[in-house]
Formats: sequence, structure tokens, C-alpha cells
Amino acid sequence: MKKLKDMYISSKAFRTNLDKTIPILIFVITAFFVLNNLINTGAISRYVASIIVMIAVYIIMASSLNLATGFMGQLVLGHAGFMALGAYAAALVAIALKDVIASPVLLFLISAIAAMIVAAIAGLIVGTPALRLRGDYLGIMTLGFGEIVRVILTNLEITNGAQGLYGVPRIMSFPIAYFSMVAIVAFIALFMNSRHGRAMLSIREDEIASESVGINITKYKILGFMLASMFGGVGGAIYAFQIGYLSPSAFTFTKSVDIFVIVVLGGMGSLSGSIIAAIALTILPEALRDFESYRMLAYSALLILTMLFRPKGLMGTKEFEISFSGMEKVYLKVQNTLQKLVKRREV
Amino acid sequence: MAILDVKNLSISFGGLRAVDNFEIDILENELVGLIGPNGAGKTTIFNLLTGVYKPSEGEILLNGKSTLQKKPNEIVMLGSSRTFQNIRLFKSMSVLDNIRVAYHNHMKYSILSGVFKTRRFIEEEGKSKEVARKLLDVFGMADKENVLASNLPYGQQRKLEIARALATGPKLLLLDEPAAGMNPQETEELMHTIRFIKDNFKVSILLIEHDMKLVMGICERIVVVDYGKIIAKGSPDEIRKNPAVIKAYLGA
Repeated sequence: MKKLKDMYISSKAFRTNLDKTIPILIFVITAFFVLNNLINTGAISRYVASIIVMIAVYIIMASSLNLATGFMGQLVLGHAGFMALGAYAAALVAIALKDVIASPVLLFLISAIAAMIVAAIAGLIVGTPALRLRGDYLGIMTLGFGEIVRVILTNLEITNGAQGLYGVPRIMSFPIAYFSMVAIVAFIALFMNSRHGRAMLSIREDEIASESVGINITKYKILGFMLASMFGGVGGAIYAFQIGYLSPSAFTFTKSVDIFVIVVLGGMGSLSGSIIAAIALTILPEALRDFESYRMLAYSALLILTMLFRPKGLMGTKEFEISFSGMEKVYLKVQNTLQKLVKRREV
Repeated sequence: MAILDVKNLSISFGGLRAVDNFEIDILENELVGLIGPNGAGKTTIFNLLTGVYKPSEGEILLNGKSTLQKKPNEIVMLGSSRTFQNIRLFKSMSVLDNIRVAYHNHMKYSILSGVFKTRRFIEEEGKSKEVARKLLDVFGMADKENVLASNLPYGQQRKLEIARALATGPKLLLLDEPAAGMNPQETEELMHTIRFIKDNFKVSILLIEHDMKLVMGICERIVVVDYGKIIAKGSPDEIRKNPAVIKAYLGA
């Protein structure tokens, strides 16, 4: 009897999951094949293809920052620091191994793991003192961290200092970038929909209340910082292999702010918002190139307008969902209105 | 056996002795009231009991275990749970999720099984929903499970906070002015709810309250504090006649 009940529970959960999962899977796979074909057949220029990879990088950066800032409510203004650490770690590992490992996918995987480890350790180092700070103060501390990383990278010999690191193998391809992005976004989305994710949300809502219902806020804050920095490191790794050249001046405070703007514009605590904003804010500056000196002006004006009309970001804390049941509802609605229109005409 | 045994509890903030030599013991399934004029140190006592403040002196035994070296979240796991004077809900989370957060430590699955949605995850989450819905039923809020906590009317926010505290599975429930801001009708209703909780969840309750009708109506024992010191304790009838209590409340 108990077994039957268990089976019923899991099959019900399974069905409601399929209702949402399958449409997303279809969307993700179709998008991949469409874009991949366009790039392979040359229908999209190499310039556009490189922008698409950069979109994947910014989606990774924004959704990982969203984990710490949007979902957990901890203001982080030094995300470019983790990106830089990941980029340099991956680049150095890849330079050392490029003659040994021929397969670009394998080379990427190994260097991405190195990037994740280095960035996660940095996340732990930042996360521990950050436990004592809140709000703006935490923001200033993480800002300082980002600058420290940049200064260290400028002065180390192994990173070739301010001249930058040349000869990073350009092994990035659209499929690698795309599936890394999908894996990271999926991980964060699935993670947030678990008891651990809820614990993080409760920290954002009210730390004192969260502690008073038994949540170990120390543990979850450190975990949140580590996950965010780890995924940020992967974003950096993809960036390194795409550009092929790393310079500390690419990871300034401005870069951190760029990522932060994507998160705020998309909506704090909305992954789909981060994705939409990352796409929009990566394409926008490129699309505005024709306007030359008015480019930054138009860019800023658009930001201001968006925030005026959507103060909580494009998506707020909501997620964009596609489900079979939702599609059915829309279909019925459309059918209904069409029938009504037809009737009205007949009358 | 005493669920809560507090001896010689004191805390000083600078030169101010906010709580001085406080003691209390609460038996299983007992309902004790803690009253006193404004600024008497009642909420400070709650903060000491829940580990928010560390006492300067004294001993707190919860379920026979000392809580002095424990963090607030560890004290919750020892079996005490609280509500707040100024409501502290997870405002932009749904009513159901507010309660499910409190059920966190009763669910046993790892981060990876949460990400890959294993069978374990599905079962445990299913259980958490069941528990949360049962609790909402008790408080007559079953139809509100998908409403955001901040959109609830005031009285229901108070109730949700109590439901959330109960979801941690406490032996001792600390209620900090649950009737604050409620009208007489809502207070009356709350009185029944508190009695219901005590009878059905097998918990002991320590209650801070200003509403004398509520306190006198449901508490079995009352402790009165003023300037951080106990000035009287006993049954509601004894407290009502106690000259020290009358003096503290009405002045000499």
C-alpha cells in the first residue's frame, strides 16, 4: 500500500515535471540546431557567431551573479574578479596542455575544471569575511576584491603582467559555449527548486527569521558565494578561449558593473530575466555601432527608460515558463476569441 | 521532565543589566505567560533563549541540553522555535514555501539529489508539502497556499508565523506578542488557536503578551518581570491580586 502511494506521488511529480521540462528541452535543442546550422553553413558571419559566444559568456556571468545577488540577496560588485581568475586559470592550464591533448572539448573540460576550482577557492576566501557584512558594505568589500585580483594579475610574472597573456589556444566553438551555458543555467534553476535553494531565498528575505527556523545561514552563504564564483570562473574560461588573449585591463570594475546591470535589468532573482537581459545588452552596443559617438548615450538612455517602466527589472522575480498545459490554455483562449469574433460577424 | 530549565540568567549591555537573575522552568505541555511593562526585558529574555544574545551569566537547559554554546539555528534543532514581535515572514515567498523553509532540517537529501531530482528528492519534497498543507489547514488558511506572504491580511500573517514555527517540530514554542495589533475578535480567535496548538501538537508554550484578557484566559502560570527582574510568579489569580504587579503596571 505504501509502495503504491509512493509510486503515485513520484508519477504525479514526474508528470507535472514533464509538462514543463519537455517544452524547454525542445526549445533548447531546436535553438541549438538552428544556430549551429546557421554558423556552420556560413549564413551567419564569423563576427555574429563570435557575438553569440559572448552572449553565452554573459548569460553564464549574469546567472551566476544572480545566484548570489538576486536569489541570496548578497550584493556582489566584483564578479569580474572571479571571471578573471577563471579566465587566467583556464588559459594557463590550456597553454601547458595544448600539445598533449588534441581534442578541444577535452582540453576545454580540463581547463574549465581548473577554472572552477580556482574561482571557487576565491569565492570561499571572499565569502568567509563577507559573512559579517551586509548590503552596501558587502558591495564595497567585493568591489575591493575585484580590484585586488586585477592588480595581482597585472604584477604576476606567470600571467605576463600588464602586457597580457598571448597564445591562449582559441578552442572555443559554438557547441561548447552553448552547452556549458545550458548546463550552468539548468544547474542553478534546478538547485533553486530544492530545499537548499529555498534556504538561500529565505536568507534574502530575512536572515534573522531564516536562522530562527533552523537554517544554517553561514553554510548557505558560503555555498552561495562558492557556486556563484565557480560558475563565474567557467564564464571566464569560455571568454579566454574565445578571445585568445587575456589582459588584466579587460576585467576592471566596469566589467563587474556591466554584469551587475544585466542582473538588475533582467530582474533580481529571475534566471530568464538574466538570459533576456544578457542577450539584449550584448547585442545592443553592437547594433548601435552605426551611431558612433551617440552609442553610449543611446545605451544609457535605454537602460534608464527600462528601469523607469520596469523598476523591478524586465522579469521581476518571475520566470518565463513554457509548458504543455500553458500552451493548451493559450490555444483554447485563442480558439475562444476566434469563435466569438466569428459569431459576432454572423450576427 | 522540564522542557526548559533556566537558572540565574543575566545579561548586561554596558552598564545596563537588562535581565537580572531570571529563572524559569517549563514542564511538558505547559503554557506559561511572561508579562511585564514596556522595556521590562521580555524580548531580551526571548533573544537569550533563542541564542541571538549570549548571556553574561546563567544556564539554559533545553530538553536537558545546554544551549549556551549553540547558534540560533542549532537551538532550533534542539527543539525550540519562536515568532517575532514585529512579524518576520519571508515576504516574497508563497505561504506554502514559508512553511517549507522551516521544514528544511526534516528533509534529508543532498544538493546533487536536489539538482538531479532523484526519487529521494521527490518523496521528501512531497512529504514537506503534505506537512505544510496540514499546518495551513489547522490555521484555516488552506486556500491561501500560493498567495505571497506579504499579501496576507495582518491577522493571517501572525498565524502564518506560528505555523512556520511549528513546522520545525518544536517541543517549546516561544510566542512574542502574538496578539499585537489584533482586534478583540481576532484575539479571541487566536486564544482558541493557541489552546488548540497546545493540545494537538504536544508542545510547551512560553507566551509574551500585553493583552491581559488573553494571558489570564489561557496561561496556567504567569511570570512577571520588571527592570529585568522577576517580581512575581504564580497562577493567574495570584498574579491579579499581587500588589507588586499592580504597582509595576499602575505606578505607586
